[in-house]
Amino acid sequence: MAYKVLSLDDLDSLWHLIFSKQPKVILTTYRGLRMIKSELIARLVDANPHLYQRDVERIVNTIFEEITNTLAEGNRVELRGFGAFSVKHRPARTGRNPRTGQAVDVPAKSVPYFKTGKDLREKLNKK
Amino acid sequence: MSGKTVTRADLIEAVYQEVGLSRNESADLVETVLDEIAGNLTNGDNVKISSFGSFIVRDKGGRIGRNPKTGEEVPIEPRRVLVFRPSQVLKDRVSNS
Repeated sequence: MAYKVLSLDDLDSLWHLIFSKQPKVILTTYRGLRMIKSELIARLVDANPHLYQRDVERIVNTIFEEITNTLAEGNRVELRGFGAFSVKHRPARTGRNPRTGQAVDVPAKSVPYFKTGKDLREKLNKK
Repeated sequence: MSGKTVTRADLIEAVYQEVGLSRNESADLVETVLDEIAGNLTNGDNVKISSFGSFIVRDKGGRIGRNPKTGEEVPIEPRRVLVFRPSQVLKDRVSNS
Protein backbone atom coordinates (compact mmCIF):
# COMPACT_ATOMS: atom_id res chain seq x y z
CA MET A 1 0.00 0.00 0.00
CA ALA A 2 1.35 3.40 -0.92
CA TYR A 3 1.40 6.11 1.69
CA LYS A 4 1.91 9.76 1.08
CA VAL A 5 2.89 11.93 3.97
CA LEU A 6 1.78 15.54 3.72
CA SER A 7 2.46 18.39 6.03
CA LEU A 8 -0.36 20.68 7.04
CA ASP A 9 1.29 23.50 5.06
CA ASP A 10 0.62 21.56 1.90
CA LEU A 11 -3.14 22.23 1.92
CA ASP A 12 -3.52 22.16 -1.87
CA SER A 13 -2.29 18.58 -2.12
CA LEU A 14 -4.39 17.66 0.89
CA TRP A 15 -7.65 18.94 -0.67
CA HIS A 16 -6.71 17.31 -3.92
CA LEU A 17 -6.25 13.97 -2.14
CA ILE A 18 -9.53 14.27 -0.27
CA PHE A 19 -11.60 15.23 -3.30
CA SER A 20 -9.90 12.97 -5.82
CA LYS A 21 -11.79 9.97 -4.36
CA GLN A 22 -8.66 8.13 -3.36
CA PRO A 23 -9.50 4.70 -1.98
CA LYS A 24 -8.65 5.76 1.54
CA VAL A 25 -7.43 8.97 3.04
CA ILE A 26 -6.19 8.76 6.58
CA LEU A 27 -5.78 12.00 8.41
CA THR A 28 -3.60 11.71 11.44
CA THR A 29 -1.11 13.74 13.38
CA TYR A 30 2.42 12.51 13.81
CA ARG A 31 1.62 11.11 17.23
CA GLY A 32 -1.76 9.83 16.16
CA LEU A 33 -4.99 11.35 17.43
CA ARG A 34 -6.36 10.05 20.66
CA MET A 35 -8.99 10.78 23.24
CA ILE A 36 -8.18 10.55 26.94
CA LYS A 37 -10.56 9.99 29.84
CA SER A 38 -10.89 13.69 30.71
CA GLU A 39 -11.92 14.45 27.12
CA LEU A 40 -14.43 11.63 27.19
CA ILE A 41 -15.90 13.11 30.37
CA ALA A 42 -15.96 16.61 28.86
CA ARG A 43 -17.88 15.35 25.84
CA LEU A 44 -20.41 13.53 28.01
CA VAL A 45 -20.89 16.70 30.09
CA ASP A 46 -21.54 18.66 26.86
CA ALA A 47 -24.09 16.10 25.70
CA ASN A 48 -25.84 15.95 29.12
CA PRO A 49 -26.14 19.53 30.36
CA HIS A 50 -28.52 18.46 33.15
CA LEU A 51 -25.77 16.45 34.85
CA TYR A 52 -23.00 17.74 37.08
CA GLN A 53 -19.48 17.11 35.85
CA ARG A 54 -18.84 15.44 39.21
CA ASP A 55 -21.57 12.88 38.50
CA VAL A 56 -20.36 12.20 34.96
CA GLU A 57 -16.88 11.56 36.37
CA ARG A 58 -18.35 9.11 38.87
CA ILE A 59 -20.31 7.35 36.14
CA VAL A 60 -17.26 6.89 33.90
CA ASN A 61 -15.08 5.80 36.82
CA THR A 62 -17.74 3.37 38.06
CA ILE A 63 -17.91 1.67 34.66
CA PHE A 64 -14.16 1.08 34.43
CA GLU A 65 -13.87 0.14 38.11
CA GLU A 66 -16.63 -2.42 37.68
CA ILE A 67 -14.81 -3.93 34.69
CA THR A 68 -11.50 -3.91 36.60
CA ASN A 69 -13.04 -5.54 39.69
CA THR A 70 -14.70 -8.22 37.60
CA LEU A 71 -11.42 -9.08 35.86
CA ALA A 72 -9.58 -9.03 39.20
CA GLU A 73 -12.01 -11.75 40.37
CA GLY A 74 -11.10 -13.74 37.27
CA ASN A 75 -14.49 -13.19 35.65
CA ARG A 76 -15.52 -11.95 32.23
CA VAL A 77 -17.23 -8.78 31.02
CA GLU A 78 -19.26 -9.09 27.84
CA LEU A 79 -20.57 -5.97 26.12
CA ARG A 80 -22.47 -7.00 23.00
CA GLY A 81 -21.48 -5.05 19.93
CA PHE A 82 -18.49 -3.50 21.69
CA GLY A 83 -16.35 -6.37 22.88
CA ALA A 84 -15.51 -8.70 25.72
CA PHE A 85 -12.91 -8.39 28.46
CA SER A 86 -11.57 -11.61 29.90
CA VAL A 87 -8.60 -12.98 31.78
CA LYS A 88 -6.02 -15.20 30.12
CA HIS A 89 -3.77 -17.43 32.15
CA ARG A 90 -0.14 -17.66 31.15
CA PRO A 91 1.69 -20.70 32.52
CA ALA A 92 5.11 -20.35 34.11
CA ARG A 93 7.94 -20.53 31.60
CA THR A 94 11.67 -20.18 31.39
CA GLY A 95 12.45 -16.93 29.69
CA ARG A 96 15.75 -15.45 28.71
CA ASN A 97 17.31 -12.11 29.34
CA PRO A 98 17.71 -10.99 25.72
CA ARG A 99 20.88 -9.08 26.49
CA THR A 100 22.79 -11.71 28.45
CA GLY A 101 21.01 -14.85 27.26
CA GLN A 102 20.69 -15.93 30.88
CA ALA A 103 17.70 -18.18 31.72
CA VAL A 104 15.09 -16.54 33.96
CA ASP A 105 12.09 -18.23 35.56
CA VAL A 106 8.91 -16.36 34.66
CA PRO A 107 6.12 -17.25 37.09
CA ALA A 108 2.59 -18.10 35.94
CA LYS A 109 0.39 -15.03 35.63
CA SER A 110 -3.01 -13.83 34.54
CA VAL A 111 -3.36 -11.04 32.00
CA PRO A 112 -6.37 -8.97 30.91
CA TYR A 113 -7.51 -9.59 27.36
CA PHE A 114 -9.98 -7.75 25.12
CA LYS A 115 -11.68 -9.20 22.08
CA THR A 116 -13.34 -6.69 19.79
CA GLY A 117 -17.06 -7.27 19.23
CA LYS A 118 -18.40 -8.09 15.79
CA ASP A 119 -20.28 -4.80 15.29
CA LEU A 120 -17.31 -2.67 16.28
CA ARG A 121 -14.92 -4.75 14.17
CA GLU A 122 -17.16 -4.22 11.15
CA LYS A 123 -17.59 -0.50 11.85
CA LEU A 124 -13.80 -0.06 11.99
CA ASN A 125 -13.60 -1.28 8.42
CA LYS A 126 -16.44 0.70 6.90
CA LYS A 127 -15.56 3.21 4.15
CA MET B 1 -13.10 -18.86 38.23
CA SER B 2 -16.64 -18.63 39.53
CA GLY B 3 -17.92 -18.14 35.96
CA LYS B 4 -20.05 -15.06 36.50
CA THR B 5 -20.15 -12.94 33.35
CA VAL B 6 -20.77 -9.23 33.78
CA THR B 7 -22.92 -7.59 31.12
CA ARG B 8 -24.34 -4.16 30.35
CA ALA B 9 -27.11 -4.78 32.89
CA ASP B 10 -24.52 -5.15 35.68
CA LEU B 11 -22.67 -1.99 34.64
CA ILE B 12 -25.98 -0.11 34.55
CA GLU B 13 -26.82 -1.44 38.03
CA ALA B 14 -23.40 -0.32 39.34
CA VAL B 15 -23.92 3.18 37.90
CA TYR B 16 -27.45 3.25 39.31
CA GLN B 17 -26.18 2.34 42.80
CA GLU B 18 -23.31 4.82 42.65
CA VAL B 19 -25.05 7.90 41.26
CA GLY B 20 -28.59 8.96 42.07
CA LEU B 21 -29.95 8.61 38.55
CA SER B 22 -32.88 6.54 37.34
CA ARG B 23 -32.19 3.10 35.90
CA ASN B 24 -33.21 4.34 32.48
CA GLU B 25 -30.86 7.25 32.58
CA SER B 26 -28.05 5.05 33.93
CA ALA B 27 -28.64 2.73 30.98
CA ASP B 28 -28.48 5.64 28.53
CA LEU B 29 -25.23 6.88 30.02
CA VAL B 30 -23.50 3.50 29.95
CA GLU B 31 -24.52 3.23 26.29
CA THR B 32 -23.31 6.77 25.56
CA VAL B 33 -19.91 6.04 27.09
CA LEU B 34 -19.49 2.93 24.92
CA ASP B 35 -20.77 4.77 21.82
CA GLU B 36 -18.41 7.66 22.41
CA ILE B 37 -15.42 5.31 22.68
CA ALA B 38 -16.53 3.27 19.66
CA GLY B 39 -17.11 6.46 17.63
CA ASN B 40 -13.57 7.69 18.24
CA LEU B 41 -12.11 4.32 17.34
CA THR B 42 -14.22 4.19 14.19
CA ASN B 43 -12.72 7.55 13.21
CA GLY B 44 -9.32 5.95 13.64
CA ASP B 45 -8.53 7.76 16.89
CA ASN B 46 -7.13 5.90 19.86
CA VAL B 47 -8.78 6.11 23.27
CA LYS B 48 -6.79 6.14 26.48
CA ILE B 49 -8.46 5.60 29.85
CA SER B 50 -5.94 6.27 32.59
CA SER B 51 -5.38 3.44 35.09
CA PHE B 52 -7.46 1.16 32.84
CA GLY B 53 -5.86 0.91 29.42
CA SER B 54 -5.67 2.14 25.83
CA PHE B 55 -7.75 1.12 22.85
CA ILE B 56 -5.48 1.40 19.81
CA VAL B 57 -6.51 1.24 16.16
CA ARG B 58 -3.98 -0.49 13.92
CA ASP B 59 -3.91 -0.63 10.14
CA LYS B 60 -2.95 -4.04 8.87
CA GLY B 61 -1.65 -4.49 5.37
CA GLY B 62 -3.06 -7.04 2.98
CA ARG B 63 -1.32 -10.41 2.73
CA ILE B 64 -1.74 -13.83 1.25
CA GLY B 65 -3.23 -16.13 3.85
CA ARG B 66 -3.74 -19.86 3.64
CA ASN B 67 -6.68 -22.00 4.58
CA PRO B 68 -4.98 -24.29 7.12
CA LYS B 69 -7.31 -27.16 6.29
CA THR B 70 -7.07 -27.17 2.49
CA GLY B 71 -3.76 -25.34 2.03
CA GLU B 72 -5.55 -23.07 -0.42
CA GLU B 73 -4.22 -19.53 -0.78
CA VAL B 74 -6.67 -16.82 0.21
CA PRO B 75 -6.01 -13.10 -0.17
CA ILE B 76 -6.50 -11.13 3.07
CA GLU B 77 -7.54 -7.54 2.44
CA PRO B 78 -5.91 -4.63 4.27
CA ARG B 79 -7.97 -3.99 7.38
CA ARG B 80 -8.23 -2.12 10.62
CA VAL B 81 -8.04 -3.92 13.91
CA LEU B 82 -8.49 -2.82 17.49
CA VAL B 83 -6.00 -3.76 20.16
CA PHE B 84 -6.44 -3.17 23.87
CA ARG B 85 -3.31 -2.45 25.90
CA PRO B 86 -4.09 -2.81 29.59
CA SER B 87 -2.48 -0.26 31.89
CA GLN B 88 0.02 -1.39 34.52
CA VAL B 89 -2.64 -0.76 37.20
CA LEU B 90 -5.08 -3.16 35.51
CA LYS B 91 -2.35 -5.75 34.87
CA ASP B 92 -1.36 -5.67 38.54
CA ARG B 93 -4.97 -6.03 39.69
CA VAL B 94 -5.56 -9.00 37.39
CA SER B 95 -2.27 -10.86 37.93
CA ASN B 96 -2.87 -10.94 41.69
CA SER B 97 -6.17 -12.72 41.22
